[in-house]
Amino acid sequence: MPFKRTPQKFNAAINAMTLGTGDNAVTIGGASVLPLYSFDGDIGNAPKIGVEISDLGLEGECVGMTEFYAGASTPAEMAAKAEKMPGADFVCLRLEGADPNGHNRSVEECVEIAKAVAGAISLPLVIEGCKNNEKDAELFEKIAAALEGKNVLFLSAKEENHKSVGAAVGLAYAQKVGAESSVDINLAKQLNVLLTQLGVKAENIAMNLGSAAAGYGFEYVASTMDRVKAAALGQNDAMLQMPVITPVASEAWSVKEAMVDEADFPEWGPQEDRGVRMEIATAAACLACGSDAVILKHPRSVATISAMVAALK
Amino acid sequence: MALKGLDIFKITPKTNCKDCGNPTCMAFAMKVAQGAIALDKCPHLSDEVKAQLSEATAPPMKTIKLGVGAEEHTLGGETVLARHEKTFVSKNLFAFTVGDAMSDEANEAAFASTVVDYERIGERMYVELINVKFGGDSARYLELVKRAAGLGRTLILSVSDAAVAKEALELTKGTRPLLNGASAANAAEMAALAKEYAALLGVSAANLDELYDTVAEIEKTGFKDLVLDVSSASAGEAFADAVQIRRAALKNNDRTFGYPSLVDVGAIAPGDEDMQCALAALFTVKYGSIVVMEKMSYASALPLYGLRQNIFTDPQKPMRVEPGIYPLNGADENSVCAITVDFALTYFVVSGEMERSGVPVNLLISDAGGYSVLTAWAAGKFSASSIAKFINEEVAPKVKSRTLILPGKVAVLQGEVAEKLPDWKVVVGTREAIELVKFLKEM
Repeated sequence: MPFKRTPQKFNAAINAMTLGTGDNAVTIGGASVLPLYSFDGDIGNAPKIGVEISDLGLEGECVGMTEFYAGASTPAEMAAKAEKMPGADFVCLRLEGADPNGHNRSVEECVEIAKAVAGAISLPLVIEGCKNNEKDAELFEKIAAALEGKNVLFLSAKEENHKSVGAAVGLAYAQKVGAESSVDINLAKQLNVLLTQLGVKAENIAMNLGSAAAGYGFEYVASTMDRVKAAALGQNDAMLQMPVITPVASEAWSVKEAMVDEADFPEWGPQEDRGVRMEIATAAACLACGSDAVILKHPRSVATISAMVAALK
Repeated sequence: MALKGLDIFKITPKTNCKDCGNPTCMAFAMKVAQGAIALDKCPHLSDEVKAQLSEATAPPMKTIKLGVGAEEHTLGGETVLARHEKTFVSKNLFAFTVGDAMSDEANEAAFASTVVDYERIGERMYVELINVKFGGDSARYLELVKRAAGLGRTLILSVSDAAVAKEALELTKGTRPLLNGASAANAAEMAALAKEYAALLGVSAANLDELYDTVAEIEKTGFKDLVLDVSSASAGEAFADAVQIRRAALKNNDRTFGYPSLVDVGAIAPGDEDMQCALAALFTVKYGSIVVMEKMSYASALPLYGLRQNIFTDPQKPMRVEPGIYPLNGADENSVCAITVDFALTYFVVSGEMERSGVPVNLLISDAGGYSVLTAWAAGKFSASSIAKFINEEVAPKVKSRTLILPGKVAVLQGEVAEKLPDWKVVVGTREAIELVKFLKEM
């Protein structure tokens, strides 16, 4: 008696969202089955991988990173190398330096950096802010204007600044809006509702449901994503059908296991390996739970995760 | 097929005698249908009815013990496909691989995986299993079995040759290993061996249909301590099989696939530790009961064990850390004290930021029921009295410093705590952990 297969199909799908323009545009989302279940049906567009670069350059980065970016001194030069990284689908510029509590780089300066980066690459661009709500809102508005027509995704609009970010990025300049909530299905849905009420079209929104490194409360990330996908597909909830994009690098590389020197924990072995594996394990887990795109930074992580995605297609 | 409450109700005595501890026969039937209580709680059912129903009301996925004594592990017994529906119950186990076809050097590198052994939030993190793979040289194989058996871990004997398997089982007698070597070709013989030595039996096949038939064949012999080996040359196939097996058992009540699974990610990506780590994470999240790797290093173990601990946490019981004094950055009795709650996530985030600051701090973890700061405060489990009691009883005798930092979120407690701890200087810390580095450096 053969095994009776019962594929789990849904009469709903995750929205497909295109980033960038022309031949190099990349589309994320589109699945009408659970994450990575290509044996059940159409997974739409296989998960995509973004390569993160920081406007602060390579400060404190490990050898694998400095070697890969050797010779690149500006964000634009780094971006040109980043888009050539094997496995890269898009480039993500993280404007850490804009943080008023840090380098407090001016909005004008950030716009120039973003323009230079956009000019240096042909792959789609994602702009990540500095996590300061007011500064991000200002920043995103000016960059969205400067990069009009490039179809850029901005991470992120949060509940606190969704009005200004949504109005500028989503409405005035017709770019893509990332909606960031902190690992809670209700907060995620509420923010999507608020953004659409503002007039931003649902198909122009991607969700950052919040992320955590493996071992650091990842159970909340896993269950939030499980529930979001179940509602989006099983209940055809249009306010949760946005594709999910998860910045992994920033979380994974900032936990103790990825950061401490080998000198302090000799039995743990080289710091770079630990950081890479933390990034890889976290990214693989995010994809298993439902991320339609992940943002990574180390060349080894990007190569490994893109090979895994290819093997699961 | 699972029975509905009403079907079970029909065969109860319908006397509402309460002997089962439930108010009515109907309530009893509903609970049995949900799997909340066993059928034999009702003393008035005939054996015939019980036998007829126990098969139908048995849990969808078998719970199987692997290993013995302190090294006994539970596999299977899952009832849901997503942890938020209830909880996952049996964490996946990890294995490293040695074999007679591998070089001495490769075997030594694999055996070195035993250095990974540490504790994280009350759980011992180590490689629980050793996979000893047969490649044709039986003398060398049995030597490796002997050596592996002496390492205080449970073995997976990956061997399909019945004669060699018997010798290996003889060497590991009484340790309840996993004999991973049954296939359509040798199912009956291997099942008999596993039964004789009280071992678990791993079953593999070229595809799911063949696996299904082979399992059904073995079940006919009455032996049911099985593990389904979904290893394949391709990650995609292994993942598809692992998901479909678990789903068939839990969602479609197909008990032929109601067994734990095994996946050898070392065989999928030989020599590529990064890829093995990625696949191990994938199968930890989705339905691998045993994940076999070539070897385990701290670099892979730290994220994988952390991930596993997260995924297998009961959503209704938050992870807690042991209350006490945690000296950070070489803190001694004169270093400042900072107090917070015993919710594991809070501990990790706060201790991580404090370590980043490089400032010596005694991090005090008080018993707050495993809740986060604000939740514990609202529930009265993190109050001025509980803090004062903890400080006076546990901290004051051991620490000379008299500076105490409170979490910024409970700044409102400052006055009351200061009143209850007159010889302490009570300082309000930051609202968010991320601000701690700056705060501590400027203190």
